[in-house]
Amino acid sequence: MIRLASAASFALVLVLSLGTMCAVALRADFVAGIEASDWAALKFTITQALFSSVFSCVLAVPVARAIARRRFPGRSFLITILGAPFILPTIVAITGLLSIYGPAGLLGRVASFAGFAAPQVYGLPGVVLAHVFLNLPLATRLVLQGWLAIPSERLQTAASLGFRPFDLFVHVEWPMLRQVLPGAHVVIFLVCLSSFAVALIMGGGPRATTVELAIYQSFMFEFDLGRAARLALLQFILGIIAAVVAWRLVLPADFGAGLDRPPERWDSQGLGHKLLDWLVIAAVSTFLLLPMAMVIVDGLDAIGQLPTSVFEAALRSVLVSLASVLLMLLLALPIAIAVSRTSLASAALAEGVGLLMISASPMVLGLGLYLLVFPYLDPVMLALAVTALVNAATSLPFALRALIPALREIEANFGPLADSLNVTGVARFRMLVFPRARRSMGFAMGLTAALSMGDLGVIVLFGSTDSPTLPLMLYRLMGAYRIEQAGSAALLLLLLSLFLFWLFDRGGRVNAAT
Amino acid sequence: MKSFFIATVLAAGCTAFASADQPVLTVYTYDSFVTEWGPGPAVEGAFEDACECDLKFVAAGDGAALLARIQIEGERTRADVVLGLDTNLTARAAATQMFAPHGVSADWDLPIGWDDPLFLPYDWGYFAFVYDTRRLASPPDSFGALAQSNTSIVIQDPRSSTPGLGLLLWVRHVHGDEAASVWKELSDNIVTVTAGWSEAYGMFLDEHVDMVLSYTTSPAYHLIAEGDETKKAAAFVEGHYMQVEVAAKLKTTDQPELADRFLEFIASDEFQAVIPTTNWMYPARIPAVGLPAGFDNLVQPSTSRLYSSREAAEIRDVALAEWLEALSK
Amino acid sequence: MLRLEEVRISRQEFRIDANFELCPGSRTALIGPSGGGKSSLLAAVAGFLRVQSGRVSIEGRPMEGVSPGERPLSIVFQDNNLFPHMTAWQNVGLGINSSLRLASDDRIRVDRALKKVGLGAHAGKRPGQLSGGQQSRVALARILVQRRPWILLDEPFAALGPALRTEMLELVGACCNETDAGLVMVTHDPRDAISICEQTVVVANGHAGYPVKTTELFANPPSDLSTYLGPNWKYGG
Repeated sequence: MIRLASAASFALVLVLSLGTMCAVALRADFVAGIEASDWAALKFTITQALFSSVFSCVLAVPVARAIARRRFPGRSFLITILGAPFILPTIVAITGLLSIYGPAGLLGRVASFAGFAAPQVYGLPGVVLAHVFLNLPLATRLVLQGWLAIPSERLQTAASLGFRPFDLFVHVEWPMLRQVLPGAHVVIFLVCLSSFAVALIMGGGPRATTVELAIYQSFMFEFDLGRAARLALLQFILGIIAAVVAWRLVLPADFGAGLDRPPERWDSQGLGHKLLDWLVIAAVSTFLLLPMAMVIVDGLDAIGQLPTSVFEAALRSVLVSLASVLLMLLLALPIAIAVSRTSLASAALAEGVGLLMISASPMVLGLGLYLLVFPYLDPVMLALAVTALVNAATSLPFALRALIPALREIEANFGPLADSLNVTGVARFRMLVFPRARRSMGFAMGLTAALSMGDLGVIVLFGSTDSPTLPLMLYRLMGAYRIEQAGSAALLLLLLSLFLFWLFDRGGRVNAAT
Repeated sequence: MKSFFIATVLAAGCTAFASADQPVLTVYTYDSFVTEWGPGPAVEGAFEDACECDLKFVAAGDGAALLARIQIEGERTRADVVLGLDTNLTARAAATQMFAPHGVSADWDLPIGWDDPLFLPYDWGYFAFVYDTRRLASPPDSFGALAQSNTSIVIQDPRSSTPGLGLLLWVRHVHGDEAASVWKELSDNIVTVTAGWSEAYGMFLDEHVDMVLSYTTSPAYHLIAEGDETKKAAAFVEGHYMQVEVAAKLKTTDQPELADRFLEFIASDEFQAVIPTTNWMYPARIPAVGLPAGFDNLVQPSTSRLYSSREAAEIRDVALAEWLEALSK
Repeated sequence: MLRLEEVRISRQEFRIDANFELCPGSRTALIGPSGGGKSSLLAAVAGFLRVQSGRVSIEGRPMEGVSPGERPLSIVFQDNNLFPHMTAWQNVGLGINSSLRLASDDRIRVDRALKKVGLGAHAGKRPGQLSGGQQSRVALARILVQRRPWILLDEPFAALGPALRTEMLELVGACCNETDAGLVMVTHDPRDAISICEQTVVVANGHAGYPVKTTELFANPPSDLSTYLGPNWKYGG
């Protein structure tokens, strides 16, 4: 049973990733070769990803150091917030950023009041800004993990040797950073390669077009399937390189676990260091929290006056999100159960398949599905179902990251006992796996729900005009320049995403047996 | 003020009160057509009174993206009529073989002759950059002057939006093979490129840019609806490119008679009288009531420029590639 | 009869051969140095480890391909004998039905077994709320309700203090008596063997010996056993 189900899950993932790719490859038009604007898109994609990852990582170092060596009220809150951008709908983050850095934003208003020109946010600066906002927390968490993994004995030794902060940096901290930073750098670079929504909204014309955006434009504006497919092939190759490089790199399996204990530090107690750390903490808190605060403030005004169509879209999104959660479980559980009972080699295979989904880009997937399904089914009709499925599949790597270790531990500790008592099949799932893996399942479900709720990917290709999801509705409101309604829709989307994550994650924890 | 272009993005609301047994005529159009203050509500009310049907407008992006939308949906499209293409797109649209002849004949008041059997004109105008006299005392009067100036502009993407495409052809019509270098010089004036007209015009009204690509008729809105005389179209010495907006019936429509009636309605006085003060364009046929006051002192181009639809289709790809290359630098 | 015929077990670094049989109702200790393969042998009997060659049979029935839960034996491990998320009562109930679908007389059996091991008042508690000794008692109560002809113990009381351990071994003896089951117990402590097993198998140097009477074995330990016991070993001391 499990074997069959996990084979079916594998097959579906392969169809979604490689199957769509094949459809795209067959359709790709190389008659015109790779055009100048294709190269420009490729160049911009790589440039912005590079800038985004370098800024995120460089900024993460002082932030992680400040958090690692200071205790302050709200420290655990800040650490929680560092997990939030992962479940924050990208389009909401963008709304928040625009309300500060946008032409009509806080900064622009202050600047024009002071007599300066408002900063130009569209294009490369905007794309990088949004990516740093979304990924600085991830980088900080990865670096922070490295910091807190420094054995306290080493810090004690350093203290007894009278190390000054600089000595400590050279002998203890720098070697740690040299191990941690490359991984963080690559992960963020890869995430930014296939980022779509950010480029869609923050990009400024042909100058700031990523490959993903170019696929979208070829398809949605020109219906040039040959060019769209050619670009999709480029994107897929980028994604494959991504998958190969990321094979061994870390995805978060939980938020903030174990990051909450600041180790005793003897160095850097000087006033200058303290001031610097406080400054860094204040700056990063402002950077991360202010846009969210703006979404809340801007959204509150008109949330009561939102048209029913927005609430209908919200309901649609919640349903899609719940369907995604269900599909994710149907895909992830058989794979996780099968893998947790077998060798590490097959676990690597499972993770590889998961990574295929991570490197699959929403536009390649969407275009591939269109090419595959279009002759038989109306893609517009299937838009919501496809959105649910694609989100379930793209959440799969995260779900597997959370589930496989949990199930492996369950098997290691209680597998023999269950076997000896003949607790097998459904009974094993009901009586052993479910109760003990509830936390991980709750986390995976919450993550899937939030990701699916905020997804602005495949839906932009097929979302029908009269039944949009909430993110698509929000995007259209922004496009039609209905700023107030867009603000409220953003707040609604933010609240629903956080609520769904909280609901599942909390559901997994509450009364969880230990 | 903003309500001018506030798009009722969802067409769902329009059909909420329609009874189930009435036939539904689905019309795909661009966002600003179905806004509260756009032509949509008036057209819908007037046509539904006469047809005993449910006229459903579906906003599917800006004009050029409309065509792609129809192609994406293919023969399964629920659209019966598409409204919002222009002559720069009609050759491409005809090539899809998805449209049926309109069969309507009328005495058009267009600046050009009309004999297209598939596409029915409903209004026309001239593209122009609109500026605010309080912020820009002396606007540039040519592309060259614009490129030389520090004036910031927002334009629309020629792939998704008919004004964007119009500008592409305008530059090409004026500068011919020099168009590419003109775009290179213009590129630092362009703050951003939006997918649609609404977003661009919104940015202009929020004073993020000095000028926006729109129409010579746009100031009439500010004048008539708001009594605001500060918005003007910059007259270019080299003349302005013309746009004729058209509608057409899909071959695959399941309401062919209703669609024909709607196309006839488009040519009627009732429809045409609504256009000037809702879509803020010149009507394709001047209705009995004539043009509203405020339309008489608009910019009149020294030269009226337009490619035939066949030429436009031929030039488009080259012009687009030039544009993409110049602006991706 | 629990029979191991020319059984060979191989794992990465070691190999163990065994060839002996145990009579129904007999109590046998497997003793030897750690890493010598006692637990592997037990795991092979219980069905967790495949034998490389030879065969294991119980009451004449070959065990090849029989899953652990289907074998006519119950087993108590060193640890993780209880599901932490289930109550003591549920953990015992699993011994009767693996989906916990229990008829009313099954429920009475569970109650009775818990009472017999002295945990009547703790039926509703989870393992985390019980002491180590109490947790072992729950595992023994489950053996009582399982009523299998063989009981396998894999150093189950190693973590308990000496007094508690003696008490548990007595309880194990009582369980065997009640169910007429045979006992196979892995231990590294000769005193465990002496206290309840009439015969002992020495497992050392990749080889399991024949069962020998426990008292005689420890009175005159063979060379491989005496190496394990050390120079200070004195029977009865």
